[in-house]
Amino acid sequence: MKPTDTANPDYYHKVVDCQWGCPAHTDVPAYIRMIAQGRFSDAYMENRKSNVFPGILGRVCDRPCEPACRRGRVEEKPVAICRLKRVAADHRDDITDRLPQAPARSNGKKVALIGAGCASLTVANDLRPLGYEVTIFEALDTTGGLMRTNIPQFRLPPAVLDEEIAYILDMGVDLKLNHPIDSLEDLLGEGYDAVFVGTGAPRGKNLEIPGRYDSDRIHIGIDWLESVAFEHTKTIGRRVLIIGVGNTAMDCCRTSLRLGADDVKVMARKPRGFFKASDWELEDAEEENVEILVNHSPKEFVYEDGKLVGMNFELMEYNIDEQGRIDRGTVTGEKFMPADDVVLAIGQDNAFPWIERDIGIEFNEWECPVVDETTMMCTRDGVFFGGDSAFGPRNIIWAVEHGHQAAISMHKYCHGENIEDRLPMGMNLASQKMGMHEWSFSNDYNPASRRLMPHVDLKKRFKKLDIEVELGFTAEQTIEEVERCLNCDVQTVFAANLCIECDACLDICPVNCLTITDNGDEQDLRTRLKAPAENLDQALYVSAELPQTGRVMVKDEDLCVHCSLCAERCPTGAWDMQKSELLVPYAADESPQDQPKVAGA
Amino acid sequence: MSYIAKPKITHPGLNKNELGLTTRDYEGAVSTLCAGCGHDSVTAAIIQAVFELNVEPHMLAKMSGIGCSSKTPAYFASQSHGFNSVHGRMPSVTTGANAANRDLTYIGVSGDGDSLSIGVGQFVHAIRRNLNMCYIIENNGVYGLTKGQFSASADIGSLPKKGLPNQQEPIDPVSTALSLGATYIARSFSGDKEQLVPLIKGALLHSGFSLVDVISPCVTFNDHEGSTKSYAHTREFYNHVINVDYIHPSEEIKAAYAEGEAMPIHLRGGDTIVLRKLSREYDPTSRASSFKYLRDRFNAGEITTGLLYVNEEREEMHELMGNVDTPLAHLPYEELSPGKEELHKLQSRYR
Repeated sequence: MKPTDTANPDYYHKVVDCQWGCPAHTDVPAYIRMIAQGRFSDAYMENRKSNVFPGILGRVCDRPCEPACRRGRVEEKPVAICRLKRVAADHRDDITDRLPQAPARSNGKKVALIGAGCASLTVANDLRPLGYEVTIFEALDTTGGLMRTNIPQFRLPPAVLDEEIAYILDMGVDLKLNHPIDSLEDLLGEGYDAVFVGTGAPRGKNLEIPGRYDSDRIHIGIDWLESVAFEHTKTIGRRVLIIGVGNTAMDCCRTSLRLGADDVKVMARKPRGFFKASDWELEDAEEENVEILVNHSPKEFVYEDGKLVGMNFELMEYNIDEQGRIDRGTVTGEKFMPADDVVLAIGQDNAFPWIERDIGIEFNEWECPVVDETTMMCTRDGVFFGGDSAFGPRNIIWAVEHGHQAAISMHKYCHGENIEDRLPMGMNLASQKMGMHEWSFSNDYNPASRRLMPHVDLKKRFKKLDIEVELGFTAEQTIEEVERCLNCDVQTVFAANLCIECDACLDICPVNCLTITDNGDEQDLRTRLKAPAENLDQALYVSAELPQTGRVMVKDEDLCVHCSLCAERCPTGAWDMQKSELLVPYAADESPQDQPKVAGA
Repeated sequence: MSYIAKPKITHPGLNKNELGLTTRDYEGAVSTLCAGCGHDSVTAAIIQAVFELNVEPHMLAKMSGIGCSSKTPAYFASQSHGFNSVHGRMPSVTTGANAANRDLTYIGVSGDGDSLSIGVGQFVHAIRRNLNMCYIIENNGVYGLTKGQFSASADIGSLPKKGLPNQQEPIDPVSTALSLGATYIARSFSGDKEQLVPLIKGALLHSGFSLVDVISPCVTFNDHEGSTKSYAHTREFYNHVINVDYIHPSEEIKAAYAEGEAMPIHLRGGDTIVLRKLSREYDPTSRASSFKYLRDRFNAGEITTGLLYVNEEREEMHELMGNVDTPLAHLPYEELSPGKEELHKLQSRYR
C-alpha cells in the first residue's frame, strides 16, 4: 500500500466514527470532554455550531453517531452520545449573549423560507447573521414543523422547542404563521433573491385494503399525532392496532396509551431485525407494555353492524438468505385482531400540490423534486430544498445539514458566485502532550458499561400527555458516561523517520492494532497483522518505509482505544497524540467580496 | 514508565491457546523500564513463546537477579512463580529450585552485568551442571541501572555516550557457553521477534541448559552512533545463520523440511524443532566448527544470530545424578528422610 495520506482531512475525520457518522459532523468527543470538565455552556455552543438544536436533538435525534461509535465495537454498547448532548443542554447557563447576532444593517438581500421546521430554521440561523432579510412562511399557527406536530410531548417538551427556535427567530426573522404557500410561482414573483423549500414530507401513506374508508376510527399516523398535538383529539378507544413498525408507529402506540387505550398492539409485517424503528424507541415502547406482533400482514378491516370491530391479518412466513436478505414471504394462515381504533403508520410521502409543474422545477418518478445533493438547488436557479422535502423522509439531523448546505449555496447564489465552488473541509492537528506521560485528555480506559437513562415511573407517566418520560442523566451517570468516550479525535500520529523499530508500541498496545511488517497490498496486509483486521469499513494506516529495515508501520484503526500508550512507550517521539479538529465551512465562512468576513460564526 | 495500566480491554479476535488463554493472560505489570528498552520486547517475546507452548502459568517459574533485565520477570506471567534473587546468584537459586521441583519450567532472565560480571562464576557452573532451564541474557553492553558504564560484554572500540571507547576484551556468552559444553545455545535480537520467539520456545522445550543471548539495546545509554549494541548497529551487522521452527506434536514434518538445508531435531522431551540453514558453511551440531565460525564472523564485525549449537545427547542435571522422576518436593517426608537408622547403615558401608 502507498503511505496513508493523512493530510487529507477525511482520513482522521473517519477515525472519529461518531463525527463521520453525523450528517452535520458534530465534534462529539470535543463536547463530551467539555461536559467532563463541567463546561456545559461550551459543550452546548460546540453542539449548536453544527447541529443548531442541541436540546431538541439531545432528546429525539436519530443518533447515527451511536451505531458508528467505536465503543460499540470495543465492547457491546456505544457511548450514550445523544443523552450527553441533553446533559449539555439541560445544564447550560444563559448563553443568549453567545448566540449569533444579526448585523445592524441589512445586506440588501431577501430570502423566503417555506415551512418553519428544522431545515428552514437552520437556513435562517446561518443567513440572518450575514445581514439577509429572512421571511419564513408557515401554514400552521406555530413553528417547529414535525418536531412539534409529530413528536409527542412526553418525548420532546414544547418548552425546549420554543426556546431553541426563539434563539433563531429573535435575530429578527420575519415569521408569517397561518400563511400557507399555495403557489410557488406567485412567491417567486415577489422579488426574493432566493427561495428555500423546507416543507417536509407531509403526507402519511395510506393502506388500500377492503373497509379502509368505512369508519372514522381509522387514522393516518402523522395526521393523528398532529391532531393530538393540537388537542383536537383527546381520546382513543381501549383497543388500538398500530400498523407499521417505524418510529412514527412507536410514537403512535405510546401516545395511544396516554389517551386512554390499555391494549395497544403494533402489527409488523416482517420479523424483528427488519423493523424500521430505532432499537431504543422499540425498547421504550415495549417498556410501556406495548405488544409487537411480527409476521402479520394487514388483509382487511372487519365490521359488525357497520361498526369497526377489528382487522384480519395474513400470517406470514419468510426465508432469510445468507446475506440477511428477506424474501416476499408466503401466507400460512389468517388471524382476526379486535380493535376499536386503527392507526396507520407505514411511511410518509412528499407532496407538492402547490408547486406548479411548468416553472422549471423538474420532478422525478416519485414526485420528488430533482435536487443536487451538494448544493441543495433544484433545476430552477435560486430555488433550494432541504429536509424531508428534498429527498423524502430522513431525520432532523439530516434536515439541519441540508439547511447548512443550502445556506452556503443561497449565500453564494445571492452574490453571483458559483454555488459549486465551495470551501473544502479542513483539519487542524495539535499535540496533546503535557509532560513525560501526561496528556491534556483523560486517556485511561474506563471499563464502565453504558449508563441507563432513568425514566418516570410507569404508573405516573400515563397520567398526562406531556410528562417527559426520560429524566436525563444524573451527575453520577454523567461522570461515568463521559469517561466511556474513547477520545477518537485525539489521533495517533506517526512520524516514520523517527522510528527505530524497537517494537515498544506494538508490545504495549492493548488491542494489538499495530504491526511492523513488510509492505503489501491491502488484502494481503490485512492477513499479516498482529490481530485479525476483518472490519473492512475501518482503514489501515500505512507509514512510509521505516529507516532501519524498510518495513512499514501498519495500524488497524478499527479498535484503537486512544489510550496513548504507544506514544508513552515510544523512545523517539515517533508516535504522538494529536487532537484533530475538523474545520467545517458554513455560510459565514464563504465570504463574497462585498460581504465583510464574519468572525467566529 | 507510564502512569496508567495497560487497559484490560482486548481485541475480540485475539487467538486462544489450548488452555483457552490469550497472550494477555500471560502479561504482568506494566514495565517501569525506559520507553523503547529492548528488554520490553524480550518480555513480549517470552509472553508469545509461553502462550504458544500452552505453558500452564502455575507450572512456570521466573528467576532473576539484579539489574534492569532482572526486573523484567515482573512484566510477564503474573500468575507464575517468581524469585528475584541476589545480584548474580540467580543460577544457584534456580539450581536449588530445580533440585526440589524438576516438573516446573524454569526461565531465568539475566543481563550482561548480572551474568558476565558479578555472576560469571554462577553462570558457568550452571552450564557445567547442565541445569534444565532457559537462561536468557538481555545483553546491552552497559550497566543501565547505574547510568551506562561499560559492562563485560562491551566490544572493543565501542563508544560510550560520553568518554573514551572501551579497550577491554568482551566476554561473549555464546562462545563461553560453547566452550563449557552447553547443550542449546542461541543468539538473537530484541528487534527481531520472528527469530526470537521460536528460539525461546526451543529453549523452553530443550532438556538441559539453554542459553538465549539477546542483543537488547539500552535506548537511554547505548543506542547512539558508535555503540556496537544499538538498534541501528545490530541491524546493520546482523548475520542470521540458522532459523528454527517449533513443530507442534500434532503437525507432521512437512516434506519441504525433509529436503535441502532443513534439519529436524528431536528433543529429549519428545518435541521436534526444525533447523533451517541460512548459511551453507555453518554446522550447528559441531562445537569446533561453530566456535571457529563465530570467532571469524565476530572478527569481521558481524553479529551471528540464530540457533548456534544444539546437542540432544547430553543428560541434564537430574539425569546425571540419577534422581527419581518424582520431584523431591512431592515426595513424602519419610521417603526424603529415611531416618537415623538408615543413615547409620549408609555410613557403615564406608567404614
